[in-house]
Amino acid sequence: MSEETETPRAKQVALLRTVLQNRIAPDALAWIDAARAKVAVADEPRTLYMAFSAAGRRTGKEPLKPTPDERAAAGAGRADWDLSSWTVDQAARVLLLLELRAESGDALTARLDPLFQSADLGELQALCKSLPLLPFPEAHRARCADIVRTNITSVFEAVAHENPYPTEQLDEGAWNQMVLKALFIGVKLYPIQGIDERANPELARILCDYAHERWAAGRKISPELWRCVGPFADDGMLADLERAVSDDDGPGALGALLALKTCPHDGAAPLREAAPLPAGLLADGDWKHLGDLQ
Amino acid sequence: MIGEPPMRFFDPHVHCTSRTTDDYEAMVKHGVVGLIEPAFWLGQPRTEAGSFQDYFASLVGFERFRAQQFGMQHYTAIGLNSKEANNEALAEQVMELLPLFVCKERVVAVGEIGFDDQTDAEEKYFRAQIELAKEVDLPIMIHTPHRDKKRGTIRTMDVLEDHGFSPARVVIDHNNEETVKDVLDRGYWAAFTIYPGTKMGNERMVEIVRLYGSERIFIDSAADWGKSDPLAVPKTAHVMLERGILRGDVEKVTYENAIAAYSQSGQLSEADWDSASPVDQRTLYEGSSVLRGGQEPRVDDNIIE
Repeated sequence: MSEETETPRAKQVALLRTVLQNRIAPDALAWIDAARAKVAVADEPRTLYMAFSAAGRRTGKEPLKPTPDERAAAGAGRADWDLSSWTVDQAARVLLLLELRAESGDALTARLDPLFQSADLGELQALCKSLPLLPFPEAHRARCADIVRTNITSVFEAVAHENPYPTEQLDEGAWNQMVLKALFIGVKLYPIQGIDERANPELARILCDYAHERWAAGRKISPELWRCVGPFADDGMLADLERAVSDDDGPGALGALLALKTCPHDGAAPLREAAPLPAGLLADGDWKHLGDLQ
Repeated sequence: MIGEPPMRFFDPHVHCTSRTTDDYEAMVKHGVVGLIEPAFWLGQPRTEAGSFQDYFASLVGFERFRAQQFGMQHYTAIGLNSKEANNEALAEQVMELLPLFVCKERVVAVGEIGFDDQTDAEEKYFRAQIELAKEVDLPIMIHTPHRDKKRGTIRTMDVLEDHGFSPARVVIDHNNEETVKDVLDRGYWAAFTIYPGTKMGNERMVEIVRLYGSERIFIDSAADWGKSDPLAVPKTAHVMLERGILRGDVEKVTYENAIAAYSQSGQLSEADWDSASPVDQRTLYEGSSVLRGGQEPRVDDNIIE
């Protein structure tokens, strides 16, 4: 095995190409290979832009539904890389992007900016999913922070869910806005990588303020909201958790109860004892189950 | 019409960017399953290429998302309109942008293009876009001029044939009684815009279908920022039925023909709406700027399994 085939990039390219080979027609794969070769040597932007758009017409949009072996290979090719929600057009488009050669982060973003600015919904999702694989990771922070301002749920999920880039690169302000925006547009939190590790006191405050707005408006609160509150709850936030346990009927109360399990505040223990989690419904840390109850 | 399924409609020309969500709801309620939003001018000329880029991006991005929230299938045609082709410095920059957009998903034509004042500049960029359509293998949607229409329509077809572009892949829009015969005789699709009160009204359309039949003819609303009616297609269909046009002919003129013309792009098919999931704004799109706070999400039951 040559040195080139052992680089992370080479592993990622090889995996994506093999995954595609098993799912699309030989002529579509041949078209992608030819387009990759052209993109690799093109000294003008048009080649990439046209191929990036046209790729979807060649591959279709079927979900990849990766096998356990493929999922393992993805994790080996790039830490926490998760193919579970990818589609074939996304794999093809990311293969094209991985052909880009740039000497600096600025040079790379100069090539990518027009793609982001002119992208259709499907292309935007592919661009979002390419972020953890692109070189110069820190160069794409502003772009990522911008994308998580979108109202378009499918695009938001492409960057926020099963994607290691935000947790690795976003600063605290952008991270907190992403989590709040997810709740705001009805997107689940549990598929966000690093959701517990990146929790912080400021986010806990923002989320409790948001809970008060929802209470004032008489609207339901996502049970997942409390997940990032528990570890940092001060006296006021503990009162909010207590209110959620007693006021909310259904998943909201369960979310607050689950959050209390991770709450180090002295006042949490009595609350936990007063209203134990229903046995058999929620295992420790079972936020996924709770998120799906919504 | 007891026993017959409700009619479905396709409106192949609507400028949704200028319309409200009420219009989407009304169109869906009256059976419009899909529409095409061609790129056009915005009522006043743009002065920067970036304005075009953002407009095109919205047609394939947010507007499509907005339509889907109401169960409407949204397609688009991308092109430099003839009015703004007259600003040549800007037109050159827009021509550079077009390749970025014409291959995108659900772009079903290069359009709407053609003539407005019938200037040399308009012809130059019309010809360039015919070549672009050939290069990317897309149909063309033609805007015929509102002034000096008959001559402009003939000239449009002459230019298309000069480039060897197949008439079967061209829709000539905004026809009237004066242009329809030439357009059909030369093998093109003839579209008619139903303008409330003026130009083409529902009643006139009935007479045209009586006279020319239903082959290669279809209608649209061209609803935009001016006085126009996004329900023009279903309303005209009902007038046609009332006046004794056969249901099969009405279906061709208000649904099948437009789909046949634009499905040549490979980007549109009945399966798009036949297999679409029922609208569920809770799970798909809750919280976007379209569904405002406190608004009850709409959930359709899928009654036909």
